[in-house]
Amino acid sequence: MACCGCNDNGNVAVKDVDKLDQILSKYEGVKGSLISILQDVQGLYEYLPIEALNYISEVTGIKLAKIYGVATFYTQFRLDPVGKHVILLCQGTACHVNGSKAIEEAICEELEISEGETTKDGLFTLTNVACLGCCSLSPVMMIDGEVHGKLTPKKTKEILKAIKAEEE
Amino acid sequence: MKLIVGQGSCGIAAGASKAYKILEEEIKNSGANIKLGSTGCIGMCYLEPIVDFIDDDGKKTTFVKVDEEIAKQIVKDIVASKVDSNENVISDEDKEALAKQKRISLRNCGIIDPENIDEYIESGGYKAIERCIKEMTPEEVIEEVKVSGLRGRGGAGFPTWFKFNAARQSPGTEKYLVCNADEGDPGAFMDRSVLEGDPHALIEGMIIAGYAIGASEGIIYVRAEYPLAIKRLNIAMAQAEERGYLNKDLFGEGKFKFSLRIKAGAGAFVCGEETALLESLEGNRGTPRPKPPFPAQKGYWGKPTNINNVETFANVPFILANGGDAFAAVGTEDSKGTKVFALAGKIKKGGLVEVPMGMTIREIIFGIGGGIAEDKGFKAVQMGGPSGGCIPAEFLDIPVDYASITKTGAIMGSGGMVVMDETTCMVDMAKFFLDFTCKESCGKCTPCREGTKRMLEMLEKITEGKGEPGDIEKLEELGKFINSASLCGLGQTASNPVLTTIRYFRDEYEAHINDKKCPAKQCKALLTYTIDPEKCTGCTICARNCPVEAITGTLKEPHKINPDICIKCGKCYEVCRFGAVSVE
Repeated sequence: MACCGCNDNGNVAVKDVDKLDQILSKYEGVKGSLISILQDVQGLYEYLPIEALNYISEVTGIKLAKIYGVATFYTQFRLDPVGKHVILLCQGTACHVNGSKAIEEAICEELEISEGETTKDGLFTLTNVACLGCCSLSPVMMIDGEVHGKLTPKKTKEILKAIKAEEE
Repeated sequence: MKLIVGQGSCGIAAGASKAYKILEEEIKNSGANIKLGSTGCIGMCYLEPIVDFIDDDGKKTTFVKVDEEIAKQIVKDIVASKVDSNENVISDEDKEALAKQKRISLRNCGIIDPENIDEYIESGGYKAIERCIKEMTPEEVIEEVKVSGLRGRGGAGFPTWFKFNAARQSPGTEKYLVCNADEGDPGAFMDRSVLEGDPHALIEGMIIAGYAIGASEGIIYVRAEYPLAIKRLNIAMAQAEERGYLNKDLFGEGKFKFSLRIKAGAGAFVCGEETALLESLEGNRGTPRPKPPFPAQKGYWGKPTNINNVETFANVPFILANGGDAFAAVGTEDSKGTKVFALAGKIKKGGLVEVPMGMTIREIIFGIGGGIAEDKGFKAVQMGGPSGGCIPAEFLDIPVDYASITKTGAIMGSGGMVVMDETTCMVDMAKFFLDFTCKESCGKCTPCREGTKRMLEMLEKITEGKGEPGDIEKLEELGKFINSASLCGLGQTASNPVLTTIRYFRDEYEAHINDKKCPAKQCKALLTYTIDPEKCTGCTICARNCPVEAITGTLKEPHKINPDICIKCGKCYEVCRFGAVSVE
């Protein structure tokens, strides 16, 4: 398991430090805004680099252990970089009843990854989510903010193939 | 003349934005004087995308399943004044399903443009808050809510007036109001519909509640998975501020000023529990706090706080505009008003419905929802999400009210109704929910953290054919223990899905454990695939598709599956054109 990185505190340079400073100054003096800070920082980097967490701790004085605790508690936060296209596969009750397992298998087969992983070419990351709230279109997945509903394994593979083709 | 396109998340996913663009182009090309607008979700998700046409006399025609071709046809038909001949006009049957409903909290959803405050005001919006500020004391507002009999729509069903009053009576001048819009139940999307379709109803409801309890600041905690809801809320809040409903002395009476902000959740089911939500609002891990003190005494930053869910707040303006009696006239003695349900799963007409409390489950599923998909047999309906339970066919005729649902072992919950047919395995269902609560347990209480894990392991064992006699009793014992020894609602209800399925479908558990069979044919490890030599023509398609070469046989001779190699993927069953492959 990867170490949380707390020992290399401050040794690694942070990218885009100006933008990070902007985020931190926006929340300066606002108590209880750690989650909002992390959301904005993830918006900046697409994930939470450990160097950025160290930097947040230094500037705000919030203990790194607490920041790490919050970052790992909520499913929205990622500590690793993600692929260009993030596939959010709904695992809600309605999707489960209507066969989301088969959809997951189709995605894994097509992209040769498991849930939570990123393809070698960095194009796709597959993440399971609890519910996207489009239950009557189940099973559904969301790619780059767009919802695809009434999926079948075949249709799912076609959608992924189309995105791959666009990238070539 | 006006065309209105339903643009909720489901509608957009079904292609509403595309339909909108085509309509826009076609209107322009035809030169006709037709206005084009948007609205939220009407709830008939199975008919999306939906477009309403309102002619100059105010007559409404609804078009359903509007794809690109239909969109073009609609404009042509309007220009030729023959809309009624369009093939995609809503059927009488679907109209009837809508007419059986009673819309209070969804009163404007799918009718007004959520991004236009004027449409909300024209439909009677912001009248209730005006009445409260100009004519009523906060105590009178609470009294009106008491008369209405409104109970919290988030799940537990606590009387709303009581919570308002408790926060009002708590000492101190700094008080907060929080809206729980962290709709985390998998299979539920009632709140999303209000947020996307009628955000002003929530805002007005919160201003009224703020006035009633004496809170000048409100926070809406919305889950981050609802980007469209957040966008529309932001637009609505800006408009409300512009019109003087937020951040200004209301109606110049010098009595009350209210501010509102949004906080996006970060994805944790347990944050639907009110004290965990408060922790999250304060920037911490969302772990629940012991109660008492209740949030009404010590909530956000230790100050008196009232927390209610979206649907509850959305009902408040109706009550204050029409009187508590008007609300109380709907529903049953113990459960007043209406309830919104999200119908999903194996149902023909999935979507959102709002019905008077007391309607039977049968009427909702078969009368409004159209019955079971593909006309299969009804097995159970799951209510209350991971905290609820599965209600079997024998209770189809009970009325939907708080007490009757609780008696079955399920709970009213926030309104998810997931319908299951004969192909749903109840042990698998229980495993699904346990897997969910196990992942979502915050870890604070040992019985919940470790207990759900142990129960999940037992269920996994059973569905893999490794169940032993005595497992059911162990599940029951552990389940009762977790429910009684956990701090918050998540743990206290975590084993409900298991306990209710054991209660009503014990024979299915026994079949898994004793006979190593899954009656619904869902648990892969318990299935056996065989080829009927009478029906097999020896076409070899199964052998060619088998990923592990478990099928042998020569051309035009019956084939055989080697059970030792077979991985039970079901591929042969899918590809066989002669129905020769059977699964037991």
